[in-house]
This record gives sequence, structure tokens and C-alpha cells, in this order.
Amino acid sequence: MSTLKFLLEKEFKQFFRNPFLPGTLVFMPIMIILIMPFAATMDVRNINVAFVLSEQSPLTNRLIQKISSSEYFNLVEVTSSPKEALSLMEKGSADMILEVPVGFERKLTREGKGDLMLSINAVNGAKGGIGTSYISTLLNDFVLEIRDDLAPVVISSATPVIRVVPRYLFNPSLSYRTYMVPALITILLTLLCSFLPALNIVSEKEAGTIEQINVTPVSKFTFIIAKLLPYWIMGFIVFSIAMILACVVWGLIPVGNVATIYLLAIIYVFAMSGFGLVISNYSATMQQAMFVIFFFIIVLMMMSGLFTPFRSMPLWAQYITAFNPLRYLIEAMRMVFLKGSGIQDIARNLFALIGFALFFLLWAVKSYKKSN
Amino acid sequence: MAAISVNKISKSYRNIRALQEISFEVKPGELFGIIGPDGAGKTTLFRILTTLMVPEEGTATVNGLDVVTDYKEIRKQVGYMPGRFSLYQDMTVEENLSFFATLFGTTVRENYDLVKDIYQPLEKFKTRRAGKLSGGMKQKLALSCALIHKPSVLFLDEPTTGVDPVSRKDFWEMLRRLKKQGITIVVSTPYMDEAVLCDRIGLIREGEFMRIATPQEIIGSYQEILWAVRSSKMSALLAELRTFEGIKSCFSFGDTLHITVSNEQLLPATLKSILENNGHTDVDVYPIQATIEDCYMLLAK
Repeated sequence: MSTLKFLLEKEFKQFFRNPFLPGTLVFMPIMIILIMPFAATMDVRNINVAFVLSEQSPLTNRLIQKISSSEYFNLVEVTSSPKEALSLMEKGSADMILEVPVGFERKLTREGKGDLMLSINAVNGAKGGIGTSYISTLLNDFVLEIRDDLAPVVISSATPVIRVVPRYLFNPSLSYRTYMVPALITILLTLLCSFLPALNIVSEKEAGTIEQINVTPVSKFTFIIAKLLPYWIMGFIVFSIAMILACVVWGLIPVGNVATIYLLAIIYVFAMSGFGLVISNYSATMQQAMFVIFFFIIVLMMMSGLFTPFRSMPLWAQYITAFNPLRYLIEAMRMVFLKGSGIQDIARNLFALIGFALFFLLWAVKSYKKSN
Repeated sequence: MAAISVNKISKSYRNIRALQEISFEVKPGELFGIIGPDGAGKTTLFRILTTLMVPEEGTATVNGLDVVTDYKEIRKQVGYMPGRFSLYQDMTVEENLSFFATLFGTTVRENYDLVKDIYQPLEKFKTRRAGKLSGGMKQKLALSCALIHKPSVLFLDEPTTGVDPVSRKDFWEMLRRLKKQGITIVVSTPYMDEAVLCDRIGLIREGEFMRIATPQEIIGSYQEILWAVRSSKMSALLAELRTFEGIKSCFSFGDTLHITVSNEQLLPATLKSILENNGHTDVDVYPIQATIEDCYMLLAK
């Protein structure tokens, strides 16, 4: 046990002497909690709209008013020439062209229907799709608004109208940030608790210092624990700081039990530490280890539902995400954070993570023996 | 009982045979040198004896302990200084020394006597990071760290490679003093001139010992007629002597060529005049005493 104490002392000494690591440790939670939520946003705002009007009328004015007063749309141009509007889109200053054809108001008041043509720049598919749905909602609203004015003329009072009033559960303001922050916190754990110690071990291999340790009576188990423990401790400190920051800055207080969150995090850290050890066992140089880790960080993040819901991936891709521990953690974190799910609700995720932990730790032990 | 006993040890990397049925013994308190060029298998042998690697065939014991089954006990009793500087460069001189002492469950103070001579010149740099030391200082620190737990057997893998001649001499002086304390020392080196400083040496080549004996025995058993030759055009001289009738071998040794002569009728003066007739100037031919390197070359042929 006293050997472990000396090894730990050495690890901490080296960590705090490193010119980069301590600073990164402070900077990382700040970056992830304070800055990333702004960058990782799927909210589409500032959609530039150009109107093509062949005739002006009170109704079209009201439509323009309605759309340009929305926080999602900016009015860039009202023109009578479809060509001019198109050239605006080509230049990139308009994302959307709303064309009101001749006789729109007359047709609407006489027949009760009107046609509008909407052209959308769909180079950015997400923006195009979301913009379309926003404007459809807005137009529906508009129709309901003017319905009363038109009613005496056209619409008989018997026409049924269904008005859908959504109530957003768990995230009432539909804030993407609320959705992202619990998931972004998990990235801290992944980097600090699993990949950092793995790289540290490889660096000892590369420097040859592991040889000098191996000829001492220090057991391999003690050596590895001494490598992991400092990063686990620091990882959980940073994890806690990140949660406090999320609470202070974003007002994001976990609805569920904080203990459940820590339980999830601990099991996940076991799994990923095992994974990191496996990588370190097979790598002889930092370059090798870095490259492999880089690849896995990308796969872990993109296939975990962090940015895009994995349910919307094709089925075969969803099967791949089943092998991603991060997916189970992120899913469970969001459930506990936002919905207040308890242990029973996330049991499936817990078991999956325990499975990963056993699998990777066993593999790590096996491959460690082989490499000697 | 022998301090080290190696019995027919073999080890391969993929399809390269690094060690081929190597056997030898080292007596307690002996300074044993393993002499051979790079790639001869010296480091592999050290790694097996220090329990970092398992041999494919054969057995070896250190202090009577098997290197495979009793590796834990061996690690407490031996000191190893790898060929590459393997201490923590981001820790200070003092921290490195006390760190390795604590790993063996001892303290610097307890065994200070043993490392005193070696560590003393380092004392004034004790708060300096190990990475910032000069080559000779690094080597002294590495030796101190390998000795701090008072090992009975010390393995030094090419300790003088890349070290300046003065520090090399110093280093061998330190080994002499350690030997007096009763420590068994196994040292490898590619420098043949260091071989005579050992009690016994093994000449290793391509994973096999060609000869194990005292340096004096090895030199004494050299039977060839050995001359040194010099002229103003050395490369032309080398080419000429290699095809010369009655000369068995010719190698470059520093600023002279060493030749072994098979024709007993040939005299240095005769060879000199032949060479002068062939256009060489400043020719010098004289008989010399064989060195370990000459013996190595002869055995390696």
C-alpha cells in the first residue's frame, strides 16, 4: 500500500509539473459548459426571407408584417421581380423566397383558398427543413388570425378548425442547450478518465521509464491503479465543477437524483478506462495511441446521439451505436437530468455500461499479460 | 553457487534469432563483460536476466532463483541500468533517487554509503530536473538509482555508449570500486578496449558466445602473426593488402591497418619495400601485440 502512495505522489507531481495539463484541466469544463452550448445549437435563427409581390394589398402587408416580426425571420427584400429575388438567393443574402401570386387576396376572400410559392435554399438541409416547418406554422397562424375577418364572407361558421396547442414536456422552452449540456459533460469524463491515463502509460513506454519500474518489485496492478486513480479523482472533480457551472450559468439543475448521475459516471469511467488501457497495451508510441484515440473519439461522439438523435440514423447505423458505451451514458444522463428518471428507468443503460466495463477490463488484463 | 547461471537460452523476434542456446556462468563478485557489436543480442540477454522478458527455451538463474518462476524475488535482488536513460526527466535528481529507493521499500539514507562516491558529484544539482543533466551526470544518476536498494547483482547495458572518454574512464573506476564491495556486475559494451577492464568476458556475435574467458587468456591464445601497417594512402593500402598474397586478413584499426600474415617467410621490411615500390610513401610496418578486437575479428571470421 505504501508503494501505491509513493507512486501516486509521483503521478501528481508529474501532472502538476506538466506545462499544459493543469491549465487544460481548468479550461476544459469552462469551454465545454460555457462556450460549447452556443456552438452546438440546432436552433435555426435569422432566416433571410425575400418577398415577391406582384401586387400590394392590406392582406399581403399584414403577411409581411407577421413574418418579419418573428424572431426567426429577417426580411431582406420586397420586390416584384422573381428574377431579382432569385439572384439574392444566389448571392446568399436570401435563404427563402415567398412568392405571392397575382390575385392571391381575391382568390382567398372569394374561394377561401390561396396559393403561395415558397422557394428554399436547401444546401444546408437542416436549416431548409426547419425553416420550412417554421414558416408553415407561421402561415397557419396567419390563416387563423385572418379567419375571423374573412368569416362573414367565405367560411361558414360550421367549418371545423383544429387548433393544436403543444405542451413541451421536460424541456418547456425547447432549449437545445438544456438538451446538450448533460451530454457535453460526459465528454469531460471520456477525455480525462480514460484517454488521458492511457496516453500517460504509453508515454512511459516511449520514454523507457516503464522498464525501470518493471525491474522493481512494484506489481503491474499497483502500477496501473496508480496511473488511473489520479485521473479518476481529477476527472470527478472536473465533472462536479461542470455540473455546478451548468447549474449556476444555465440554471440547469438535475431533476433526477444526483447520486444516480454519479453512479452512471463511475460505471462509465470503469468501462472507458478499460478501453483506454487496451489501447495503451497495443500501442508502443504516442503517435500510434493518439491516432487510435482520435479515431475513437470521433466515432464515440458521432455515433452516440450527442448531436443528432441516433433513432434517426438508418437501422444498420443504429446497430453500430449499440456498441458505443457513450450512447448509453448520454441517453441515461439526459433522462436523469431532464426527466428525473430513476434507477429502474435507466436499468438497461446501467447494465449495458456494466457489460462494457467487464468486457474492457478483462480485455485490458488479458492483453497486458500478452504484451510481456 | 554461481551468481548467474544461464543454460541454453534461446529467444527469437518473429524469424530473427536474437539468442541461440546461450550458456555461461558468472561467479559471485565477478565483473563480467559481454562484448559485441550492436544487434548481437546483448540487450535481449539482459532483459531475460532482469525478468523483463521470458526466454523461449532454456533456463537461467540469478542468485539461484529462476528468472521465470521466481521473478518477483529476483527483482528485489538485482539492479538494472538500461542502455537508454530511463529515469523520469521531469523529476529532480533527488526525487528520482528517493522514488526508486521507496519502490524497493528502503530509503536513500539507509544505503547512502553504497552510492556515495557516485552520487556526490550530483549533490549540488539535486534540485535540477533529471532531463536537464549532462550525459555523464545522467549516467551517474542512473547508476545511483540502480544501486540504491543495495542489489547483489548489477546489470549494466551499454553504460558507456555515447559517453565521453574521460567519463568512460571514471565510470569503469566506479565499477572497480563497486566490485570491491562484493557486488556481482554484468556489463555489456561495444567498445573492445573496455574488455580488458573486466575479470572475464564473453565475446558475443549473432546471438552466440564465440569465446568466454579472461581477457588475458583470450589475448594469450592469439596465435597469428600480427602487424600494423601505415602509409599516406590508407584506402588504397587497404584494397592492396586485402588482395596481397600471403596476407590472411586486413582490417582498419584507427589510424593503422592490422594484418595477419600467413606467409612466415615474409618480413616487415620486405613488405615495406614492396609497398614502396608500388608507389606508397611514408610506409610503416611493424609487429604488434594483439588486442581483444583482433581476437574478436579472428573469431568472427
